[in-house]
Amino acid sequence: MKHINSIAVNGMKIGCGECQSSCQSACKTSCTVGNQSCKNRDEKVNTVKKPLL
Amino acid sequence: MTHPFGFNYGGKTHYFVFDSESGSLHNVDYVTFLCVKNRLSIPFEGGEAEDFRALEKEEIDEINAELDQLASQGVLDSPCTVTQKKKRTGEIKALCLHICHDCNLRCRYCFADEGTYRTADKAHMPVEVGLRAVDFLIANSGKRKSLEIDFFGGEPLMNMTTVKAVVEYARSLEASTGKTFSFTMTTNCLLLNEENRKWLNDNMYNVVLSIDGRREIHNAVRKTPSGADAFDVILNNALEFRKIRGDKSYYVRGTFTAKNLDFCNDVLYLNDCGFDQISMEPVVTDLPDLQIKKEHLPVIFKEYEKLAAAYIDRRKNKDTWFNFFHFMYDLEGGPCVVKRLTGCGSGCEYLAVTPRGDIYPCHQFAERKPYKMGNVLQGVSYDRNVSDVFAGNIVTNKPDCTDCPAKYYCSGGCVANNLNFAGDMNKPYDISCAMMRKRFELSLAIAAIEACEG
Repeated sequence: MKHINSIAVNGMKIGCGECQSSCQSACKTSCTVGNQSCKNRDEKVNTVKKPLL
Repeated sequence: MTHPFGFNYGGKTHYFVFDSESGSLHNVDYVTFLCVKNRLSIPFEGGEAEDFRALEKEEIDEINAELDQLASQGVLDSPCTVTQKKKRTGEIKALCLHICHDCNLRCRYCFADEGTYRTADKAHMPVEVGLRAVDFLIANSGKRKSLEIDFFGGEPLMNMTTVKAVVEYARSLEASTGKTFSFTMTTNCLLLNEENRKWLNDNMYNVVLSIDGRREIHNAVRKTPSGADAFDVILNNALEFRKIRGDKSYYVRGTFTAKNLDFCNDVLYLNDCGFDQISMEPVVTDLPDLQIKKEHLPVIFKEYEKLAAAYIDRRKNKDTWFNFFHFMYDLEGGPCVVKRLTGCGSGCEYLAVTPRGDIYPCHQFAERKPYKMGNVLQGVSYDRNVSDVFAGNIVTNKPDCTDCPAKYYCSGGCVANNLNFAGDMNKPYDISCAMMRKRFELSLAIAAIEACEG
């Protein structure tokens, strides 16, 4: 593609509860779940590292 | 939900398109950014309309063909496939123990009314309540193996007898129950002396050190009960803790208010002091002189952009590298869908226990009697009806979140803030949302720039 670089796709596509409860991490007031990481996932998302357009 | 946005770094504006339902991030050129806005009927800004009109039809067709190709692959304009309408209940994995409803600081913006939670007796949690809370957590944890206990207040260092007893008791039960405990503490550092530093470093999985940034900013809103400044003692104690902490988990966590909308300077000041794990939260208060208002948002957005640029620069040098809690985004291994929908888990998998043993959905609901769920001194059962109410508090049930690109990032916002400021736990607090969306965009841009440009 000439106009688009897909950096990471299908990040959305376990519930094991092994990750830290998000309210225990840093904030206590401004819940940010999406900034955590999962250590138990089966499949990592491949990032495509090209110079930015 | 397809969301186009730009971020200026190093004298150049980089353009991105994020597809929230598939979780796909695309870097696009300027003309594609314009075409995406046109496809989505998003109003053009500045000279964008003129630039779009100047495009040749052939170029627009070429770009639309590329966008259509992404859509056919399910990574652009993708439909919502998340159908879950209720959080899971019945398994508790985390407790917030209110070690005391008392504090040695008088922070003006404190949601807990200077640590007392609007109670008169400034109660300290007896050891017996702490131990029964551990029993309660184990009994209600189901198949969960990793359990968490957070020592909170008030100021938890004012009652270390109970803190130490809880840790010792929980550890003694790990082998027989098959559970493992992670302990965390949030402290204002005033009592973080050498003995406490060593004990916390040895026993806590994570320690949150509460400092608001520059001396004058911190001292302006966080006095001792006698009205004295405490910043120098607090910073010194925190730095001494940082020295012994090594690579174990900690955060310096500040609050910015309407008094310091230049909060980027506070974050960078904390980094200059030697801290490399930093969080800076917008205040949530109804005090008129401190409250973040809608008219502040443009200034706050600019400040976040300034911080993001400085953040990328500083992370290139190992001596100035730091992690900012609200700019974290794991492109390769983010949380699972269940986690994104569960959010903080308040009322369902995360509960709070007051010094008297009363159980509430979370620390923000403590001492609000309509939400009381039981008492740990009366056994291990609790009111599941309250849990059911909170189980319905899921981002897929919030109409205001349907078209928000950050919905799987913030999970619909803080329940207590929604209730306090929007009047409904299912209605997001719009000012918090606006700041969250801005941080979300910047997190994606930072992740992309660091991934692609090293």
